[in-house]
Amino acid sequence: MIINHPLLGPRDSAEFTYMGDARLIDRPDAGSDTAAQDFYDYGYLRDNPAGWHEELWFHEAGDRSWLVVTRNTLTHEISDVKLARDVARSRGRKL
Amino acid sequence: MTQKNRLAGGQINRAKTHKFMFDGKHYTGHAGDTLASALLANGVRLMGRSFKYHRPRGPLTAGSEEPNALVELRGGARQEPNTRATTAELYDGLLARSQNRIGSLRFDLLAVNDRLSNFLTAGFYYKTFMWPAAFWEKVYEPIIRHAAGLGSLSLKDDPDTYDKGFLHCDLLIIGAGPAGLAAALTAGRAGLDVILADEDFRMGGRLNSETHSLGDQSGADWAAATVEELASLPNVRLMARTTIIGAFDHGIYGAVERVSDHMHTPDAGKPRQILWRIYTKRTILAAGAIERPVAFENNDRPGIMLGSALRTYANRYGVAVDRRVAIFTNNDDGHRTAADLVAKGVKIAAVVDVREDAPRSLDYEVLHGEIKDTKGRLGLTFAEVRLADGTMRTLECGALGLSGGWNPNVHLTCHQRGRPTWNETLAAFVPGGMLPAGMTVAGAANGDMSTAAALRGGAKAAQNAMDLKGKLPSLPQAEDAPVNLKPFWYVEGCNRAWLDQQNDVTVKDVKLSHQEGYRSVEHLKRYTTLGMATDQGKTSNMGGLAIMAELAGKAIPEVGTTIFRPPYTPTAIGVFGGRHRGKDFHPTRLTPSHTWAEEQGAVFVEVGNWLRAQWFPRTGETTWRESVDREVLATRTSVGVCDVTTLGKIDVQGTDAAAFLNKVYCNGFAKLPVGRVRYGLMLREDGIVMDDGTAARLAEDHFVVTTTTANALPVYRHMEFVRQCLFPDMDVQLISTTEAWAQYAVAGPNSRKVLEQIVDRDISNDAFPFMACANVTVCGGLRARLFRISFSGELAFEIAVPMAYGDALIRRIVEAGAAFDITPYGTEALGVMRMEKGHAAGNELNGTTTAANLGMGRMVSTAKDSIGAILSRREGLNRADDLRQVGIKPVNPRDPVPAGAHLMNESGVIDAAHDQGYVTSACYSPNLGHAIALGFLKDGANRMGERMRLVSPLTGVNVDVEITSPHFIDPDGERLRA
Repeated sequence: MIINHPLLGPRDSAEFTYMGDARLIDRPDAGSDTAAQDFYDYGYLRDNPAGWHEELWFHEAGDRSWLVVTRNTLTHEISDVKLARDVARSRGRKL
Repeated sequence: MTQKNRLAGGQINRAKTHKFMFDGKHYTGHAGDTLASALLANGVRLMGRSFKYHRPRGPLTAGSEEPNALVELRGGARQEPNTRATTAELYDGLLARSQNRIGSLRFDLLAVNDRLSNFLTAGFYYKTFMWPAAFWEKVYEPIIRHAAGLGSLSLKDDPDTYDKGFLHCDLLIIGAGPAGLAAALTAGRAGLDVILADEDFRMGGRLNSETHSLGDQSGADWAAATVEELASLPNVRLMARTTIIGAFDHGIYGAVERVSDHMHTPDAGKPRQILWRIYTKRTILAAGAIERPVAFENNDRPGIMLGSALRTYANRYGVAVDRRVAIFTNNDDGHRTAADLVAKGVKIAAVVDVREDAPRSLDYEVLHGEIKDTKGRLGLTFAEVRLADGTMRTLECGALGLSGGWNPNVHLTCHQRGRPTWNETLAAFVPGGMLPAGMTVAGAANGDMSTAAALRGGAKAAQNAMDLKGKLPSLPQAEDAPVNLKPFWYVEGCNRAWLDQQNDVTVKDVKLSHQEGYRSVEHLKRYTTLGMATDQGKTSNMGGLAIMAELAGKAIPEVGTTIFRPPYTPTAIGVFGGRHRGKDFHPTRLTPSHTWAEEQGAVFVEVGNWLRAQWFPRTGETTWRESVDREVLATRTSVGVCDVTTLGKIDVQGTDAAAFLNKVYCNGFAKLPVGRVRYGLMLREDGIVMDDGTAARLAEDHFVVTTTTANALPVYRHMEFVRQCLFPDMDVQLISTTEAWAQYAVAGPNSRKVLEQIVDRDISNDAFPFMACANVTVCGGLRARLFRISFSGELAFEIAVPMAYGDALIRRIVEAGAAFDITPYGTEALGVMRMEKGHAAGNELNGTTTAANLGMGRMVSTAKDSIGAILSRREGLNRADDLRQVGIKPVNPRDPVPAGAHLMNESGVIDAAHDQGYVTSACYSPNLGHAIALGFLKDGANRMGERMRLVSPLTGVNVDVEITSPHFIDPDGERLRA
C-alpha cells in the first residue's frame, strides 16, 4: 500500500507501523465519575468495520509522525490521511 | 546426437549448437530452444512421471502453465527441482534429470500405483490411513513421504545471490504479445515511462508461434521490429524473462526477473534472480490466453498436447513432436494447427472435430466424432476415434493436438477483489468484478481472441489509460477471425480421463467427490487436489468446473472459480529472501565497545539485533559459569565494567517535559529536582506494565529517559503516541538517542576510585550522591553524562559519551581501573547481579504483570492521571491472592530452581488447578553459593519463609524450596548509597 503522508507525500506502507482504530485518540477524562467504565470502553471495545475505517499509522522509518489514515478495510483504498496531532486538536484534545 | 524431429524455420539460432544432458544421455539443441523443444527435436517425448500413479508423461504445453514436464535442473548446489522443461532456456552444458520415479524414467517401480488406481481415488489418504492410529507416524507417513513429492533438493547452500529492487513507471504492461506490444508502442512513442514485462525470453507472445502475417511481415518479424523500436526509446524499459507474480494494493506489482537462469553460472557480480517491486500509475494486463485440453480415456500419454503447443514447437522452434499427428478439437483453432503442420510437411492422421459443421480441408481428413481412447506405453502410438455414427476408427499417430478453446489469463485480475465473469461465446471466464486499481485488460486476456483485436485493444487501452490525445500508431493488417466453438469438456463414458495431469485427478475423481458431497468448488479443489501444485490448474481447472456444474445441474458461472492468488508461477524462496540470508538475515548492531570486547575474547550473544558481550572467558576457565561467577564476585568485591549502550535512550525536552513524563510514567516526576534520577514504571493503558527505566533530569526542561533494550522502539513509539495523539499541545519534543551515546556501567565498591581519574569533577558521595546525574566532562574536556544509578546493587555509575568516543572511553576506564583489577562483565553477570538484587527485567515485565504483581503497586500515583492508572485499579487486577514477585531458594543448596517451573504447596495435589505461581528468572548466585530465582507467587508478600515444592512434571523437576524476599543481596541498599 501507499500512504500519502501529508508532509512527505506518497510513502510505502512498509515504512509505517500500524496501531489500529483512531478512536484511541479519544482518551477519556480520568477525573470523571464514570472513568472506570469509560476507560474499559476505550481500552477494549472496538468496531471492526468491513469498509471505511479511521486508523492510526506511525511513520516509524520516516519522520515519526502519527497519522490518521482513512482506509477501506475491504479494498485497501485510502481516502484521507491527516496528521494525528491535527486530528487530536480538532477533537478538542489539549494538554 | 541427431535432432530427428527438427524442421526448417523457426526463431532458433541454428548456427549456435548447445550440448545438453537429460537423464545421463547427451543431446544437442540450438540457442533459442527450451529444454522441452530440444528434447522433442531429439525425439524424446517422455520427460517425467506423474505425481500419484507414476504414469509416463511428456509436455502438455509449451509454456509456464506446464503440468507434466517438470525436471531437476542443473547439478550440485545449483540443482533446482520442479522446473518446467517448457520454459527452461537451453544453454550449452545444461544438465537435467527427470524426477518423481524410483528406477529409471522408462521403468519406474512406483508405476504399480497405476494398477492400484481403483484404490487410490480422491480422498484416498483421508479414508485409508485412519487406523491404527499408531501406524501413522511409524509406517504410513514414511512410506507416503518417500513415494510422494516431486523433485528433490540438493540440501546444499545456494551459491548464488538474489537481489531486490524498486522500479517506478507511468505504465506497466504485462505481456509482450500483440496487445502488449501495441500498448507499449502507443505509450512509448508518447514519451511515457513504460515497463514492458514478459515471462518469456523472447518477446512477441503468440506472434512467435503463429504463421499469421502482420501487414507484409510475419508476426514474429513484426514483433522483433517492434521490440527493436521500443528498445531504442529511453523511456521504455523492456524486461524479458520477467514474471509479474502478483498485483498488490495501490498499483504495486511484484516481478521476478530471471537474470541468470539461462546461463550455466551467473556472470560475476550478477544475481541469479531479482525480485522487483514495481510502482506504477496504470497497468495494462496483456497476458494472453491459455489453451485448454479435452478429457478422454488415457489422454495423458507423452505426445498428447495442446494444439497451440504443437504450433509453438513447429513454428517457433522448428520441431515436429512427431511426423504423424492427429488433432482433436471443438473449435476452428484445431484446423489452424493442422494447416500449420501440413505446411511444415508433417502428416496429419486426421482432424477429429466434435462439431457437425466442422470446416473441411483438401489437405487433411476431417472426422466428425471424438477420441475415445489411446494406446502406447511410454508414448502415444494410436488414437481410437468414435465417429458420430458410432463406428470406431484407429489413427496411427505419435502426437495428438488438443484444442478445447482458450481461457483468458485472468489470474492477475483476481489478486484483489476481481472475480471473473462468464463469456458464452468463448465458453470461458473473462476479467470481471473489481480489478486492481489502475488496471485495464487488453487482447486475449480480455477475451479479444483475434490478432487484429489484440493489436487494436492494446493500443486503445494505452490511449485510454494514459489519457493520450491524438492518433493511435498505425497498426498492421492482421487476421481477425471470430471464435467458432462448441463447448466440449470430456468424452462421455470415460473414467481415467485426466483433468489435472499434475495431480493425477481424473473425471472419475471429480464425480466421486461430488457423490461424496463436496459441492463447493473450493472443497472440490482441496478434496481431489485438482488445480493445486506448481501449475495451479492453469490447464485443468475449467474442465473440473464444467464437470462439477454438469453434475450439480448448474451453469458453469454458478459454480464459479477457485480464487487465484499470487504468485502467478512458482517463485523461488531465495528471491524473496534476497540478500537477507546468513549473517545478513537481519542487521547487526554493534556496541561501541565491540572491537575492544573482541580483543578481550568475549563471547557474544544476540539481543534483538544487538551483539552484546555475554561473558569474557579467561585462560583456564573451562565453563561459562566459571567466567560469570568470577565476573560477579570481582564486581561485588572490587569493580566491574559493562557496556549498557543498548538500553534505549530517549531525550525529552520542552517546558512540559516533566508534565509529559508524569503522564507516561505511573509514578510522579513533576517534583524531581534537576540533577536527580528517578526510577520510572510505565504502564500500558490496560494497567499492565509496559517497561521500566530511569529518567534523569539534566535541566528544568530536559530529561533523559532510559528503556529496556528490547523495548527501546515500542516505548519510543508509545511516547510519541501520547505526545501527538493524546496531548497535542504539550510543549515537549522527543528523540531517540540510543545510538548517539555510548554508555558504560562502572559498578562495585571501587567504582568511584576508577571514575575519579576520568571525570573532571567531584564525585564524592556528598557531591554526587545516589541517584544524582549531571552533564560533566571527562578526560579534560570531552562532554559526557554521569548518572549514579545501579542495576547490580553496588555503588555504581553509568557514564555516557558521544558514540564516536565509546571505544576510547572503555579503554580509558579499563586503564584507570587496572589498579583495582577492573573486570569487564557481560550480560550473564549483569543478569546474575540483578537477580541477586531482586530487580525485575524482561522475564518479569512479560506483558501479563501489573505494578502490584511486581510489588510496586504503591508507585501508581493516585494524585495524578497517568497512562494505565485507571485500569490498573480495576477489580480483576487487585485480588487478595494476586501474584507477587518473590525470591525462591532451594532447601538443599545443591538443588537447582529452574525458570519455568511452577510452585505448589508443600503437600497436596500437583496439578494445574493447584498452581501457586511460577519461576521467571533463575541463576546460580556465586555470592550465596546456591541457586536463586525470582518468580511470582499467589499472595507472595505474605508467604515469606514458606516451604513449597517447585515442580516441572514435563522435565522431571520436583525440588523443595523456600520463599524469600527477592532482595537476596544488600536488602537495605547500603552499598548503593556508599
